[in-house]
Amino acid sequence: METLGFLMDGFAVALTPYNLMFALFGAFVGTLIGCLPGLGPANGVAILIPLAFTLGLPPETAMILLTSVYAGAMYGGRISSILLNIPGDEPAMMTCLDGYPMAQKGRAADALAISAIASFAGGLIGTIGLIMLAPVLARFALSFGPAEYFALFLLAFATLGGITGKNPMKTVIAATLGIMISTVGIDISTGTQRYTFGVLELYEGIDFILAIVGLFAISELLFFVESRMGGGRKKMNVGKLTLTFKELVSTVPTQLRGGVLGFISGVLPGAGASLGSFISYTLEKSVIGKKGTFGEGDIRGVVAPEAGNNGASSGALVPMLTLGVPGSGTTAVLLAMLISLNITPGPLMFTQNADIVWGVIAALLIGNVLLLVLNIPLVGFFVRLLSVPPMYLLPIVTMVAFVGIYSISNSAFDLYFMVAFGVAGYFLRKLEIPVVPIILGLLLGPEMEKNLGHALVLSDGDWSILWASTLAKCFWLVAGLSLVLPYVVGPVLRRRMNAAMKESPASD
Amino acid sequence: MTLKRSVSFIAAAAFSLNAMAWQPSGKVECIAPSDPGGGWDFTCRSAGNVMRDLGLIEGTVQTINMAGAGGGVAYAHTVSKRAEDDKLIVAASTATTTRLAQKQFPGLDADMVTWVGALGADYGVIAVGKDSQYENLNQLLDAIKQNPKSVKFAGGSARGGWDHLKVLITAKAAGADKLPAIPYLSYNNGGEAMTQVVGGQVDAFTGDISEVTGFLSSGDLRVLAVLADERLPGEFSDIPTAKEQGVDAVGPNWRGFYMPKGASSDSKAFWVEAVDTLYASEQWKKVMKANGLIPFHPPADEFDSFVEQQVQDIETLSREIGLLK
Repeated sequence: METLGFLMDGFAVALTPYNLMFALFGAFVGTLIGCLPGLGPANGVAILIPLAFTLGLPPETAMILLTSVYAGAMYGGRISSILLNIPGDEPAMMTCLDGYPMAQKGRAADALAISAIASFAGGLIGTIGLIMLAPVLARFALSFGPAEYFALFLLAFATLGGITGKNPMKTVIAATLGIMISTVGIDISTGTQRYTFGVLELYEGIDFILAIVGLFAISELLFFVESRMGGGRKKMNVGKLTLTFKELVSTVPTQLRGGVLGFISGVLPGAGASLGSFISYTLEKSVIGKKGTFGEGDIRGVVAPEAGNNGASSGALVPMLTLGVPGSGTTAVLLAMLISLNITPGPLMFTQNADIVWGVIAALLIGNVLLLVLNIPLVGFFVRLLSVPPMYLLPIVTMVAFVGIYSISNSAFDLYFMVAFGVAGYFLRKLEIPVVPIILGLLLGPEMEKNLGHALVLSDGDWSILWASTLAKCFWLVAGLSLVLPYVVGPVLRRRMNAAMKESPASD
Repeated sequence: MTLKRSVSFIAAAAFSLNAMAWQPSGKVECIAPSDPGGGWDFTCRSAGNVMRDLGLIEGTVQTINMAGAGGGVAYAHTVSKRAEDDKLIVAASTATTTRLAQKQFPGLDADMVTWVGALGADYGVIAVGKDSQYENLNQLLDAIKQNPKSVKFAGGSARGGWDHLKVLITAKAAGADKLPAIPYLSYNNGGEAMTQVVGGQVDAFTGDISEVTGFLSSGDLRVLAVLADERLPGEFSDIPTAKEQGVDAVGPNWRGFYMPKGASSDSKAFWVEAVDTLYASEQWKKVMKANGLIPFHPPADEFDSFVEQQVQDIETLSREIGLLK
């Protein structure tokens, strides 16, 4: 009941015209970003961070804007999956399997509409899960000491590769790079400067917002310049909506199953939205069995992954808000934003910054409604935007990134750093080294170091404190499993995912 | 005697007339050496607003955020690039003097700028969780005197930073030796540190009074002492000072301004006067109340020596605990 009261307060925050306007704007831009192939939710949020600073938004508005972009990108990813057979972002990969065949059969409008509804159902289920689980977990986190936090961060690093990750070695390299960058600046537990070489600008360390905008947004620009400079795509035809109410009702069980499964896989660290959509698709396939026409344009094959990935996107917010440990790349970016706004995620945030937490949660609910409204009648508009040549989009993104970063600190030094990160990000991505672990290393490395130091001070140098409590033991166990499992289960899962992809009719 | 007094009166009047004669025209800047949202940013923005409302300056005070090196970037900028700027003030606090004392701005000293004045302070507190065995400051300090490792402190500044120094100032005033052995856990901010104390992981919290209000009213935290000369006003009047418990420790985290050393003496007189007028105004009293600031305003001619003294004290203390060599 207490939660309900907080939620009502949250609605009061989110429903102010100012915040509502930014939620709508975020949902719109997010959908747009999501439907552009290559630009995923993490990039989308990273691109919008400088804008939040440029406009000087108050913390709750900034967070509402970014979470709306996040939710919007999850919706938008499906558009290009269905129309072009190119996933707008990684989680939308599974939507290609039945979405594109539907489009080929001339039911593109139906596929877009039903997937918007499925996204809504998934997002709603996920947000309800978030509302129920987050406060409980936050209260529980109050009993965490430095040793438990250390084990938790260790667990976060161990799960980084994720079950679906491709090359664990490259993930380790990326995370190590992030941790190395994070050691620049003052070491708060000794008060000494590390790797600053007497350069004043480095004394406070390297701002992770710079790293994020550089690694995601600027490197994305470089990719765009390389691959798609020039004309846009051909205009696509969506066709007429023929979806019947009966057909809609028949997919309700699929929506529920997908949303719940997605939420659970979102909460688990390292799993994320891609796994959410994959699991819900495969489960749906085995539940429906031979009665379905999966892979040939079955409507449930569009509903399941979309409900799954939107449920997962809300689920991934749970560990980020309550423990400060992000469950996915995008939530890592959101975490960085929170820290920059001087808000520490964790148990305290739910009491001291209740307006922000519950404002954001309420905004997620409102955002889902807005997105549904945006995505059904306006789908034609987004489709047309798909054919806007990047030469018009590029300068806008570049301008926002530069102005935004400069407006944070008024320092040209930061701009050089951002560009350097962008170039580095470009080459790393060329080498297929993922950039998300770099951000996580940058964010979590110092926390892990700090908690290790604190635990050892508390125990007077006795290392066994790190696994003294039952809770810490559990974290160590799960961390160990997460390191081993990818080698056991990973290849099987990946083979099945690839096999599923191959079954779909090839295109282009 | 009478003659002498009237001469000095005339001189003073002439001086103040002269001072009021100079007024900044055009753009006035206040540098906040941090990102938007922090304490320095607040100092610039709220002081700038009240100065405009009071008609002390024409136009507005533009706040420039210049983050980096805990104020070091702004300090270096003021000393090297704006040394003679009449229309520039920079927000400062005890964090600035701490870093100056510990030589964390390489090649820069406290006497390279002119210290304008203070606009209030946030006082230090020592607090424990509600289930702690320590009921007052002396019980806690006695435990430290017996075994310096027996009480673990958590605070929101780096090791050697202001929150850590407050513990050392208090322990030193109580006659504890082996100061470096007192365990101090540094967190990113006061809230994070308090969570650990409330959760029972760490024994005691060191921070400022404005940080503890939430946990104080919820009853989760017991403030053993406030490091002020007298009891604080309003809701905090129940909290005993360290002094009344026999420990002569004071820790004001003041907020105020400095300005370039090479600025004209007219402009310096103007800004000192402006800060005095601002501090005395009703509008500023409201700002202080709304933001948990406690009165603190050394007279204009004493502020410079106050800063000098604070820098010296911190330097001595930092040497004693081995932070400075």
